Amino acid sequence: MAVNEQLDSTIEQHDAVAVHSEGKRSTPLYIASRKVYPKAVSGYFRNLKWILTAIFLGVYYITPWIRWDRGEHAPNQAVLVDILHRRFYFFGIEIWPQEFYYVAGLLIMGGVGLFLITSVAGRAWCGYACWQTVWTDLFLVVERWIEGDRNARIRLENGPWTASRVAKFLAKNAVWLLIALATGGAWIFYFADAPTLLKSFFTGQAPFVAYATVGVLTFTTFVFAGYMREQVCIYMCPWPRIQSAMFDENSLLVTYNAWRGEPRSLHRKKALAAGQKVGDCVDCNACVAVCPTGIDIREGSQLGCITCALCIDACNEVMDKMGLPRGLISYSNTVTYNDNAAGKPTHLKASTVFRPRTLIYFTVWSLAGLLMMMSLFTRERLDVNIVPDRNPLYTKLSDGGLRNGYQLKILNMKQQPLTFRVEMQGLAEGSFAGDGLTMVSPREATVNVEADKLKNVKIYVTMPPNTVKSESSELAFKVTETGPEGDGESLVTGTVFHGPKVK
Amino acid sequence: MSKRERDEISGTETTGHTWDGLKELNTPLPRWWVWTFYVTIIWALGYSIVYPSWPLLTTNVKGLWNWSSRGDVAASLSAAQGAQKEWLDKINAADVNAINADEQLRNFAVAGGAAAFKVNCVQCHGSGAAGAVGYPNLNDNDWLWGGSLDAIYTTIQHGIRSTDDGSTRDSAMPAFADGVLDATQIDQVANYVLKLSGNEADEAAATAGAQLFTDNCASCHGADGKGMRDFGAPNLTDSIWLRFDAPTKENIVAQISKPHHGLMPAWAAKLDDATIKQLAVYVHSLGGGE
Repeated sequence: MAVNEQLDSTIEQHDAVAVHSEGKRSTPLYIASRKVYPKAVSGYFRNLKWILTAIFLGVYYITPWIRWDRGEHAPNQAVLVDILHRRFYFFGIEIWPQEFYYVAGLLIMGGVGLFLITSVAGRAWCGYACWQTVWTDLFLVVERWIEGDRNARIRLENGPWTASRVAKFLAKNAVWLLIALATGGAWIFYFADAPTLLKSFFTGQAPFVAYATVGVLTFTTFVFAGYMREQVCIYMCPWPRIQSAMFDENSLLVTYNAWRGEPRSLHRKKALAAGQKVGDCVDCNACVAVCPTGIDIREGSQLGCITCALCIDACNEVMDKMGLPRGLISYSNTVTYNDNAAGKPTHLKASTVFRPRTLIYFTVWSLAGLLMMMSLFTRERLDVNIVPDRNPLYTKLSDGGLRNGYQLKILNMKQQPLTFRVEMQGLAEGSFAGDGLTMVSPREATVNVEADKLKNVKIYVTMPPNTVKSESSELAFKVTETGPEGDGESLVTGTVFHGPKVK
Repeated sequence: MSKRERDEISGTETTGHTWDGLKELNTPLPRWWVWTFYVTIIWALGYSIVYPSWPLLTTNVKGLWNWSSRGDVAASLSAAQGAQKEWLDKINAADVNAINADEQLRNFAVAGGAAAFKVNCVQCHGSGAAGAVGYPNLNDNDWLWGGSLDAIYTTIQHGIRSTDDGSTRDSAMPAFADGVLDATQIDQVANYVLKLSGNEADEAAATAGAQLFTDNCASCHGADGKGMRDFGAPNLTDSIWLRFDAPTKENIVAQISKPHHGLMPAWAAKLDDATIKQLAVYVHSLGGGE
């Protein structure tokens, strides 16, 4: 297709083919992939995407370097996944491994949040927030900066390997590699003290796993964002497959309003003059040229569309030049589309966002969030486990009394060393003792537990002869924070005392 | 080159092979697949040079790196031993009481002793060290040869009635039925022993048995029947019996008439000193240690 002289001279006719067109992908099973050369575009959605990209990249790179004072007994990194010591720090929140359900809760919120976003605005995640999209965008900026925009890149790649092309190729890949290295490099700082690790990383002192992680992430970033790009979305990612089940007739999708655009015409003025019926689409292919996944939105909603909305910007630009109203390609939903197609001019109603489905998703999402917040702010930073010995269940003593052994585990999850009082409740004749305990009376002891540590004490409960009436009797231990540091938090934990079978 | 035939329906070339009129489409493998295949061949060549590969008649090609799974295990084991060396050196240098007094050393010894116990001791004493009839329960506070750290350490080192250790703990209760006491006298002594431990007994027989006990038994079990650890003679006044579950007269008569004697191997020749020390600390930690 050549530039059409019939077209308004300000509008460029793009020689663009949708390489991932639904219709064309069914031919041979294996073909060498055809490259997509997304054209630069400007407009409302492009600006929105620049802002979001800057925020996401900023959060990713800066977060591990934020400091957070937790006193002398814990690391001072705001966000830290301390795998070695089994702790997760997030600003004022510290999570122990057994509190991992908070992470499960976050995953539930993430899942339901995606349902919510998808039912409201389609693949907003894919188009704006997915790291594949964000990093591909970043790599494209580098590519345009070094090799030029779409047409220049196509010319360059179809031409010979001149010195200038080699130089551009090397420069582009070098910058990509640097970005990929910085990406993989930033990841490891979430798992160790960032300044220390940065120093040891460059002096060769960092653990092997750090280098391996950086290596793998550098490689995947480079290959995925530099060379595979839309193929990751179309062939590798499961999310596009799942979400078609989440759209309904009210979901906002990037839509080519065919009722307005068709029949499309390259020769709009001539056709209008001849009294023929023409749509607003001038078939300039701008929407195809800017598409980062190489599809033609005019073929309708499809797997390859990540709803980045860049075609909306591209089309609006053309519509402005043609003096036609914007929104030939727009965010729309099936209801609005069908009404318009049926001849009832309808505008998108904001109220469609609030429908039972989205409200239920929002309720579940906020309930999960509120429950987590409540539990986070009210949770005890003390936990006690008492595990009775199972072998032997009980020991007969020389005076005929009985003794049971227990592992008493006191988890001091606070950032300071504390003293706990351990009191025995139930089995009034009994007493207890254990290594590491300071006995106050036969039924009361104190024990010191280091900050942010678990203390494991072996304790023995002894019952005098002929006082155990049952094969299994209940007793409990009350563990209370004491001393000037403690704030009196206490927990009563029940367990059992085993004895011989009563005949 | 001959002209290639194209399948009309799919538009794909055929290979030219025909079987009973069926033609094979020439669908090439994807490039990435072919290249991956070539890479695996090159990888296999390198692998077979570096690692053990070709079988020979009696052995095999060892490979440049001389790697073997046995060598790998040996390296892991020596690495584990190396990691423990710091602690084992301290345990070797200290005596059992010093080990028990140091919290860190004690934790290490209890864990190491528990592991060694599961390998060497559970066959008789049980995995919970609760023993069985004839095999002492190590959890309770009744000790035949002493429950202090030093006594436990000595017992494990030299064993009890061990035939291959000159310093072993040794004693033997005579078989009183072999002409020492007659059946009536044994019955009287048994009644007295029942009474000693607070069990039901025939008062008249027990009274007669008291004198017999003083004459025949007190030299080892003590005048009060509380036993003597020097001879490993059990305390007969408590609730714990080694040879039977229930203290009946029949059981006691059987033991007086023809006693059973326990045997424990001497471990000094079989285990290193650090292991024996750890075992002693572990057994002492089970709740009955003195």
